[in-house]
Amino acid sequence: MNKQSNIYTIIYIVVLVVVVGAALAFTALSLKEKQQANADNDKRRQILSSINVTASDAADISSLFESHVTSQVVINSEGDSIGRDAFSINIASEIKKPGDERQLPLYICNVDGNTKYVIPLYGAGLWGPIWGYISLNDDASTVYGAFFDHQGETPGLGAEITKPAFSDQFTGKQLFKGLEFLPIAVVKTGQAPAGNEDYVNGISGGTITSKGVGSMLDSCLKPYRTYLQKIRISHGR
Amino acid sequence: MADKENSRSVFFNPLSKNNPVVVQILGICSVLAVTAKLEPAIVMGLSVIAVLAFSNVIISLIRNTIPTNIRIIVQLVVVAGLVVIVNQLLLAYAYDVSKQLSVFIGLIITNCILMGRLEAFAMANRPWLSFLDGIGNGIGYALILMIVGFFRELLGSGTLLGFQIVPQWCYDHGYVNNGLMILPPMALIVVACIIWVHRSLNKDLQEP
Repeated sequence: MNKQSNIYTIIYIVVLVVVVGAALAFTALSLKEKQQANADNDKRRQILSSINVTASDAADISSLFESHVTSQVVINSEGDSIGRDAFSINIASEIKKPGDERQLPLYICNVDGNTKYVIPLYGAGLWGPIWGYISLNDDASTVYGAFFDHQGETPGLGAEITKPAFSDQFTGKQLFKGLEFLPIAVVKTGQAPAGNEDYVNGISGGTITSKGVGSMLDSCLKPYRTYLQKIRISHGR
Repeated sequence: MADKENSRSVFFNPLSKNNPVVVQILGICSVLAVTAKLEPAIVMGLSVIAVLAFSNVIISLIRNTIPTNIRIIVQLVVVAGLVVIVNQLLLAYAYDVSKQLSVFIGLIITNCILMGRLEAFAMANRPWLSFLDGIGNGIGYALILMIVGFFRELLGSGTLLGFQIVPQWCYDHGYVNNGLMILPPMALIVVACIIWVHRSLNKDLQEP
């Protein structure tokens, strides 16, 4: 057989691609469940981090998640509940919609008898997406904890947002100033924001990532405003 | 006997005398990218060993059937298939590490070491020798990765595999981690130091 002929070459590559394609499809399908479980567990770990609960292994994460997250709600920007399954909402696609059309997931947690509200965040850093979770005390204004992660920020600079040195700054900051709702600003060390909102210091050398965190907080928290306001009113504030 | 000696040199040469990273200067990109910590460096090394060994064997098995004018495409398809499988396995069984390695597992496809070994060795040799060649070159690459990862994690973060190595009293007395070590440029400098030491130990590698 002439191995250099066009017919042989075409048949050869078609067979090769079909064989490789079948092998890939088989691997992807047989591992899909396990990969999804890993991704879900990672999400649970991140939510737990924002209420300052750290878990080591997978079994630990599930049981801690069960015991801390008492309920989940999906709300709209009017503050009305429109669903229960917050966990399965893909925040990355919700964030592309205008604020009043978004489905807003919210996790209601119980830490040592106190209610905490966990709000997921998603935005853009310098090289790729950044995301996180921020938890609020039962007054719906004071930040209890925060967790940030990223896909590909520069190590040592933008990637420092994952470190407690950055995220611990958020604890104790207020979202409400009187009746005004002002998400926390991220500014350069030594500066203060233009408005009167609470602020944290950004990361030197990670300016664009820091600004990304600031605008992520702004765009992700604002739609929750009405809901948080209702909680505050029911607490008589 | 000659055969045995041959297979020995095929396996051991790439570890030092013909190391893909410090002698042939291939695969530098991923060395810079994944060596800020030791653990991803080890996983990356293992992944490259696995992909290199299997793709060498597969290409060697089918080397006599491959039409010459599409041989690079055939090599790429095989390598890409194996890399995707490795990536899927890592996502299922080593999720945290695969998150750290992110795109660099995918970029094994473009690693020059792979194409180099397939084109230069597997296309002309029997499967067993090709397998040894793949393992040898993979280990040669992984060794350098681990050495660089070791120094960068130790000096840059004070830890090894996530465990604290530099004791607290050092920090109390004013020692600080070298933040530059976890940035990519330091990987180049560490690799250059390894090349320096390696060349001064192997005089025959020095260029006049």
